[in-house]
Amino acid sequence: MTPLPYRVTAKRRETPDTWTLDLEPVSEPIATPRPGQFTMLYAFGRGEIPISVSGLPGDGAPLRHTIRAVGNVSEALCDLAPGDGLGVRGPFGTCWGLDGAEGRDVVIMAGGIGLAPLRPAIEHVLVHRDSYGRFAVLVGCRTPGDLLYAGQLESWRGRFDVEVEVTVDSADPGWHGDVGVVTSLLPRIPVDPDNIAVMMCGPEVMMRFGARAMVERGVAEVDIEVSTERNMKCAIGHCGHCQLGPKFICADGPVFPLSQVGPLLAVRSL
Amino acid sequence: MATVPGCFVVTPSDLSALFGILDELGYRTLGPTVRDGAIVIGEISGISDLPIGITDEQGPGRYRLRDGVAGAWFGFAVGPQSARAHLSPPERPLLEIRSRGPTLEFVEPEHHTERTALFGIRPCDLAAMEVQDRVLARGPHPDPRYVAARDTTLVVVVNCGVPADTCFCPSTRTGPRARSGFDLSVTEVVDQTDHYFVLEPGSEAGVEIVERLEHRPADRAEVNAALATTEAAVEAISRSLPEQLNGRLLAAADHSRWDEVAARCLSCGNCTMVCPTCFCSDVRDTTDLAGDTATRVQVWDSCFTLGHSHLHGGSVRADTRSRYRQWLTHKLDTWWDQFGQSGCVGCGRCITWCPPGIDLTVEAAAIVGGG
Amino acid sequence: MVARRRSIGDLLAGHPFFADLPDRDLELIAGCGRNEVFRPGQLLFREGDPADWFYVIRRGRIALGIGVPGREDLIIDTLGPGEVLGWSWLFPPHVWTMDARALDTVHAIALDGVCLRGKCDEDPVLGYSLARRFAGILSDRLAATRLRLLDVYRAQSRG
Repeated sequence: MTPLPYRVTAKRRETPDTWTLDLEPVSEPIATPRPGQFTMLYAFGRGEIPISVSGLPGDGAPLRHTIRAVGNVSEALCDLAPGDGLGVRGPFGTCWGLDGAEGRDVVIMAGGIGLAPLRPAIEHVLVHRDSYGRFAVLVGCRTPGDLLYAGQLESWRGRFDVEVEVTVDSADPGWHGDVGVVTSLLPRIPVDPDNIAVMMCGPEVMMRFGARAMVERGVAEVDIEVSTERNMKCAIGHCGHCQLGPKFICADGPVFPLSQVGPLLAVRSL
Repeated sequence: MATVPGCFVVTPSDLSALFGILDELGYRTLGPTVRDGAIVIGEISGISDLPIGITDEQGPGRYRLRDGVAGAWFGFAVGPQSARAHLSPPERPLLEIRSRGPTLEFVEPEHHTERTALFGIRPCDLAAMEVQDRVLARGPHPDPRYVAARDTTLVVVVNCGVPADTCFCPSTRTGPRARSGFDLSVTEVVDQTDHYFVLEPGSEAGVEIVERLEHRPADRAEVNAALATTEAAVEAISRSLPEQLNGRLLAAADHSRWDEVAARCLSCGNCTMVCPTCFCSDVRDTTDLAGDTATRVQVWDSCFTLGHSHLHGGSVRADTRSRYRQWLTHKLDTWWDQFGQSGCVGCGRCITWCPPGIDLTVEAAAIVGGG
Repeated sequence: MVARRRSIGDLLAGHPFFADLPDRDLELIAGCGRNEVFRPGQLLFREGDPADWFYVIRRGRIALGIGVPGREDLIIDTLGPGEVLGWSWLFPPHVWTMDARALDTVHAIALDGVCLRGKCDEDPVLGYSLARRFAGILSDRLAATRLRLLDVYRAQSRG
């Protein structure tokens, strides 16, 4: 339950209310996270919140987190400047099934800040590109100004071995891309139900609709992974806050095959 | 008559030496005592601290003390408190955080665990300790302070001869007689002619305590008399919880009974505060006035608070219906998925201490029974 | 003339919107169609214009926008290959409710709504078949619009 001291080395504004922090350990680092896992970030005097790892440390890269300032602690974290200290505990939770997806087509569907926990998965597939079949990344967000990692998305789109599609809910005429819900991108990608791994993260409603569309195209629920969210406090299954029916999101999740959580997500106010 | 191995008889006057023995062995003793019109768990230094001759009347939303059988040491059922507050205090400091320049320093507060004898704890509460063990001590991330408290706690369990109206431990198989998990088990036999205790050590520490007490081997008749007290308790208990609730309450998430119980439930959280297995906690962060030292304190939380399921933008469980449903389905149903057992030990506290007197045995039966 | 009509029929047959339509019907519809190419930025129609045509998109993308006084136009949807633009021709008063502009070079088949309405009136089986296909599009777009109405990204975050 004791965090390790870290400091901010760099900070980037992704959208008007979302920042990416690069972190380095003051002395000892946390264990290396796997794509999809989260850590608990502590802001001095304010508290601790779960934040997905959006960039894995290693090979000179820092530990990265993308944080949207929507609450007391997240605002304090987004207010940190390079050099400032914070606490990091973790990593916690389950990771994307990238090993199991080897040899198969991979479809990644992200909504809003849901792209953050998927970025390490995208980077993994791109680094190990030969291990996977066709690769599509579908991204939805509110407006073009709310798009995370725009530069990176653009450079991925420049590759011939990945299909990157971005759509926004509404845009002004300066936007040359797609406008519409993220599920409207699905018909564009080929789906071989017997040979596909789908990874989704975003608002629960978006994931429900996205999952339904994939299931309608014959994809099995075990082949669709979703990253869920609840109010994690301890991250080790002790505090009871992040329960979703029989699951502790912090320990059993956050990444689940839809076959495990689909019926739970359908229960109102569970 | 032949004696029964492992069972010993101790008279009341001889058992009163127990507290001195525990003190000599280095234990402070916590046990039942009367405070504010209830039998609570407090420090016990001698028999004068015990609620001797006192009994309780319990019912849905009702708890009263009155005179019971004169001289009886344990003529009452469980009060509002269990062992939980001893093993996981309602409030405990987790961390001190010092701001050293821009760098933070995390310091765990020192804590020494006091060797403690839990005297007079009931079989249901002993079962509850084992339920909490699976959550806090046997998972992949044991809570070191819980484990330390548990390891230094000596358990003197008292089998129940006088159950409350709200008890239902036979149906949860957690009482009224403890089978294991204790250092020493005590059954009080009290009638017009006799008053003695039958002791069964369950550990080496228990054996040592018996050896230090004036005692003699129990004969078959005395052991039978002890067994008869808990058998009578089983007969006296009328409430029961339906069996095999795993998978059945969550499956009935849309049952209209949840609406009916939500209309009565005050969402006060009393049930979760008195429940011996509830383990939810929250963390409070504060800073000192100078602003260079912050503290994190862990406090008990309840799934009946709005903040419990808070997610940016609102609470996942915004209404009483969903909160009561969360409590009951977790306790009786999904606890099985998580920990391989029920989260209910049949102590009945949540019935007694519920202001409107909601009875979970009735609610569970109505929901799975299709009523 | 015959060669051109044949080619439009083939193009329509290959388009998802007309999948499984009998050849006879395809031929009838193709009789009301013509190939069109729009340059990037070119306006296809404006809100309030008579809706005499609809477009079967073969290549390129089209943005649907609404003019908002005092601010820039808002793009509220984009349509691409495999999709159909416009149903206002089917329902009175046959007037466009949005602006449509080509985002890049668009190859489309424009179908004459007045001509098609006449054929549908004469042949209710064809009319029903087309109406059902448009109802499917309406239903999909309505579902997507409802999803956007929730503004799901606004409160969403991972911390």
